[in-house]
Amino acid sequence: MTGSHPVLTMTGISKSFPGVRALDNVDFRLFPGEVHALMGENGAGKSTLIKVLTGVYGTDQGTVTLADEQVSFTGPMQATAAGVSTVFQEVNLCTNLSVAENIFIGREPRRLGAVRWGEMRRQARALLARLDLDIDVNAQLGSYSLAVQQMVAIARAIDIKARVLVLDEPTSSLDAGEVAQLFRVMRQLRDDGIAILFVTHFLDQVYEIADRITVLRNGQLVGEYLTGELPQLGLVEKMIGKELRVLERLDEQPRRAATDRATGTPLLDVHELGRRSAVAPFSLTIHEGEVVGLAGLLGSGRTEVARLLFGADRADHGDVRVQGSPASLRTPVAAIGHGIGFCSENRRAEGIIAELSVRENIILAMQAARGWLRPIPRRRQDELVERYVRALSIRPADPELPVGNLSGGNQQKVLLARWLITEPRLLILDEPTRGIDIGAKTEIQRLVAQLSDGGMAVLFVSAELEEVLRLSHKIAVLRDREMVAQLTNDQDVDADRIMQSIAAGAGHEGVPS
Amino acid sequence: MSNRTAGYRALTTHRLFWPIVVLVVLLAANTVYRPGFLSVQMRDGHLYGSLIDILRLSAPLILVALGMTLVIATGGIDLSVGSLCAISGAIACLHISEQPDQNSVGGVLTALALGLGVALVLGAWNGVLVAVIGIQPIIATLILMVAGRGLAQLITEGQILTINSDPYKAIGVGHLLTLPLAIFIALAAALVVAAFTRRTALGLIIESVGGNAQASRLAGIRSARITFLVYVISAACAAVAGFMMTANVSSADGNAAGLWVELDAILAVVIGGTSLAGGRFSLGGTILGALLIQTLTTTVYAMNISPQTSLLFKAVVVIAVCLIQAPGFRARFARRRPSAAAPAPVTEQPKEQVPA
Amino acid sequence: MTTLSLLTTRTWSRLPRRHVPVLATLVLLLVLYGVGVSQYRAFSNIQVIFNVFIDNGFLLVVAVGMTFVILTGGIDLSVGSVVAMTAMVSAFLLREGLPAALVLVIALLIGPTLGFLMGCVIHFFDIQPFIVTLAGMFFARGMCTFISGSSIPITDGFWTRMSQERIGNPSGNFVSISVLIAFAVVAVAAYTLAYTRLGRNVYAIGGNPQSALLMGLPVGRTRIAVYTISGLCAAIGGILLSFYTLSGAPLIAVGMELDVIAAVVIGGTVLTGGSGYVFGTVLGVLVLGVIQTLITFDGSLNSWWTKIVIGGLLFAFILLQRLIGIRYK
Repeated sequence: MTGSHPVLTMTGISKSFPGVRALDNVDFRLFPGEVHALMGENGAGKSTLIKVLTGVYGTDQGTVTLADEQVSFTGPMQATAAGVSTVFQEVNLCTNLSVAENIFIGREPRRLGAVRWGEMRRQARALLARLDLDIDVNAQLGSYSLAVQQMVAIARAIDIKARVLVLDEPTSSLDAGEVAQLFRVMRQLRDDGIAILFVTHFLDQVYEIADRITVLRNGQLVGEYLTGELPQLGLVEKMIGKELRVLERLDEQPRRAATDRATGTPLLDVHELGRRSAVAPFSLTIHEGEVVGLAGLLGSGRTEVARLLFGADRADHGDVRVQGSPASLRTPVAAIGHGIGFCSENRRAEGIIAELSVRENIILAMQAARGWLRPIPRRRQDELVERYVRALSIRPADPELPVGNLSGGNQQKVLLARWLITEPRLLILDEPTRGIDIGAKTEIQRLVAQLSDGGMAVLFVSAELEEVLRLSHKIAVLRDREMVAQLTNDQDVDADRIMQSIAAGAGHEGVPS
Repeated sequence: MSNRTAGYRALTTHRLFWPIVVLVVLLAANTVYRPGFLSVQMRDGHLYGSLIDILRLSAPLILVALGMTLVIATGGIDLSVGSLCAISGAIACLHISEQPDQNSVGGVLTALALGLGVALVLGAWNGVLVAVIGIQPIIATLILMVAGRGLAQLITEGQILTINSDPYKAIGVGHLLTLPLAIFIALAAALVVAAFTRRTALGLIIESVGGNAQASRLAGIRSARITFLVYVISAACAAVAGFMMTANVSSADGNAAGLWVELDAILAVVIGGTSLAGGRFSLGGTILGALLIQTLTTTVYAMNISPQTSLLFKAVVVIAVCLIQAPGFRARFARRRPSAAAPAPVTEQPKEQVPA
Repeated sequence: MTTLSLLTTRTWSRLPRRHVPVLATLVLLLVLYGVGVSQYRAFSNIQVIFNVFIDNGFLLVVAVGMTFVILTGGIDLSVGSVVAMTAMVSAFLLREGLPAALVLVIALLIGPTLGFLMGCVIHFFDIQPFIVTLAGMFFARGMCTFISGSSIPITDGFWTRMSQERIGNPSGNFVSISVLIAFAVVAVAAYTLAYTRLGRNVYAIGGNPQSALLMGLPVGRTRIAVYTISGLCAAIGGILLSFYTLSGAPLIAVGMELDVIAAVVIGGTVLTGGSGYVFGTVLGVLVLGVIQTLITFDGSLNSWWTKIVIGGLLFAFILLQRLIGIRYK
């Protein structure tokens, strides 16, 4: 394979957005008949690279060469026409139309302007046969599973003599059997000579199907490797960036010593809690005053665990005890009733209410718990809000400003304040420090430590291992939607140890290294 | 930027700036056309004048629009209010017409209670369809919009039901302290709704549900209950408006009472600065919007243009207001004036969309 | 391979869900007709059916246009007013002495123009169709009264001929020319929806506008087109109405948009878009027509029962759609 000539070459690609250098001099190449995994954590630049390739974005610098011709697509349609097709994570098809139509809509076979349904069905059948997929092309797409829909999307993509197929996280909502079926199709296409660019967060899948791996980090190319030559631990280190982190840690204050907070009846005790196609059943205890960190790569199920514990998504498996007695966390209202608070990772869509003021956003959860008939007296509101605006140094310190006008870090503090005034027993923080400036980040970290010293339990989700290490008493490690390890954060635990757990998984002793 | 221009900008960008300008222009145009327009005279201890008429005639619209404001603030819409006006008015009139003494205050009060009660039940029906079954508001309330007209005609048996009841009539055309009673009723309703929403946390919770339903759910708000409630409130407001409309003419016409009032009410709410997408609402703005619509109608009428033609003007106003509110239009407009806005906060993209 | 065939097995029974509402309407229509035939001897006369078409031809045409709009997930409240405006303009221009052919052309241009403009506002400024077409409704109704405050009779020879021509056996069973025009519109619409790209794009947009955009379909153009089509159908409906009444009246067809929407929904088109057929709309209009006929035959029931029954049917069908929608997921 290495001897052949790359079908696609991207050289020296740079792309900046206001304030962010999303891609910095990145090279990428793709050979015919290979599955090439593009790996990287949040902000690594994977999706920018794909968007540059498919013409959604232009480049600041660099060239894209497709089959020896320099190209510069102005949009996905043009890219598709040139043989670069993309299938996204969410199936972008119309479930109300038939399978055949979904493959051909926009380019139906026609005679005198009339759609030739028979011809279209015949071609659709032929195409699906090529993917070894035996389904009724007349049936409504919505009547099939997501996996089949995904494959119909692939059929649509490869119909136009595709040379390059970009699969952007196609497996994230599929179960194991469906993934197997998808991989079979991918192998089939690979053997037909199509070059496949595959983005996924599941390490096992990479090692199962990919021939080659390119790792990006912070918009830069880390390297291109043959899968067989890169052990899982090496991959995880390259994605997270071990060497850099070691340097960074030298001048940091020592992380918190593990204390024996994990005694007595746990505040929250979940047993085999799980949700199909979100996260495999897991058990976890959280004690008063304990900070439990969730570590894992992007897409490993961190957020899903947090959401299940708050009732944001409904668990379909397992049971929960709060302070020893059975409880149900089926809805946010129920979870709040048990003294649980939750800051979503998705501040804008699930956290703040942008047009309401800082004050209104802060009192919202407390007010919701009291019911609308018992308003919090304005004076008490002002007191509470002023106290927390000062304590968390929310800037600008004007409680009547719409919260949408604040910076990301200050919005995050507003959300923290929203929960803190309800005096929760357990606060779930999903990526509270992401996308905010360094000052605000340290303040939030310090606050978490203070809160747990004061007796509050905290479930801390973060993509940054240092943060998790520094703050947590206990660390639960997730990999591929499964909780694979729980480590007490003592002197033996460091970033290496966590990365090993991520790379190894549960019961995966034979780590290639 | 000097203070003066900053102040000017603050003024022109206030959401009620343009409605107020239009209202002032309309009043001015009327005064030019008919110099006596602004004058108010005292006759028989009652105040008379065009301004008073506008206030009195806009009272039912204000009532309906108040309820509609809350519904729209949750991101919904209530098309059935016109039919509800007709039904509640018809029930009240029917009950009064069956009384031996149509002037008995007790009988009238019972009639009002009956009309209001039925409206509340129908409002609850809308609320269940939207909040419990989860049907889109525009579709759910369409059912009652269609069937409600039929129900109203069923109640009046297709006739125009005329009554002769002074206490009932007073709701529409009575006077109190030299001013029409209807003005006081509308004012009282506005105060009640304002107190109901702003003295409790209802207003905040409505705005929060309309502003971001998902975030509200995660903050522990039981949005279904709130959604249900606003449809009931809207129905109650429509019922009172229905009493007023039928009292105005001392008769109930199931076919014509409250015809198109839902559209005027939606218009009043939108002019008043409440976004159809939900979120922040302004009861004051809604009242201003209702007054603006009534002034427009009165103006057209005063200028001897056919009253139906005022619809032409309404069409222009709807489009103008919506264009000003529309993000798409603003974006196009702002592109030509790039320096206008303060630096926008850093917008984060949701995680799911930046998988790299 | 066994696991694979398992995975590809459809999670659904073979009865296509999208046909359920239309089948329900068909059953309803047959039941209503059966009730009519069993109760009233005269009901079995074929002319009763023909009369339903004659009386509702214009409604059918307008409903066909509305079907396009609703299939994309939009709504057009302006149709009733556009019908009235078209009839009004025709009557006015004929009274002014313009030749019938020219009047027809002008009258048929107004509706689509207004529809086109509304579609543009909806698409380019991203304003809800509900509000834009509400403005269109105000505008068209305002134009009616602007033209004349009272009804204008039509005495033109062409119009009267179109009105009185009976096709079939003039003394026996017959239909009017309007019915043939309505059928022609239905046929063209059905063909457009089933066999042209425009038609298929309408379904795609109603199913998932984002996907449609990502699949490279001309979403904006299609959206503008459906409002133009709806405007054209409303204009044709207005002409048919003026054939039927031989006049233009400023307050005719008030609230007709509701009947039209009801007919489309009862005909099985899903209000959120993406599913439905012109054939269903024909059935929906027939259901409304047969209910009216039944109520006329039964002397004791009054006309308002029509509205109540329509409201009840709307409820039943919306609930049915909702239930199917839930099972969908």
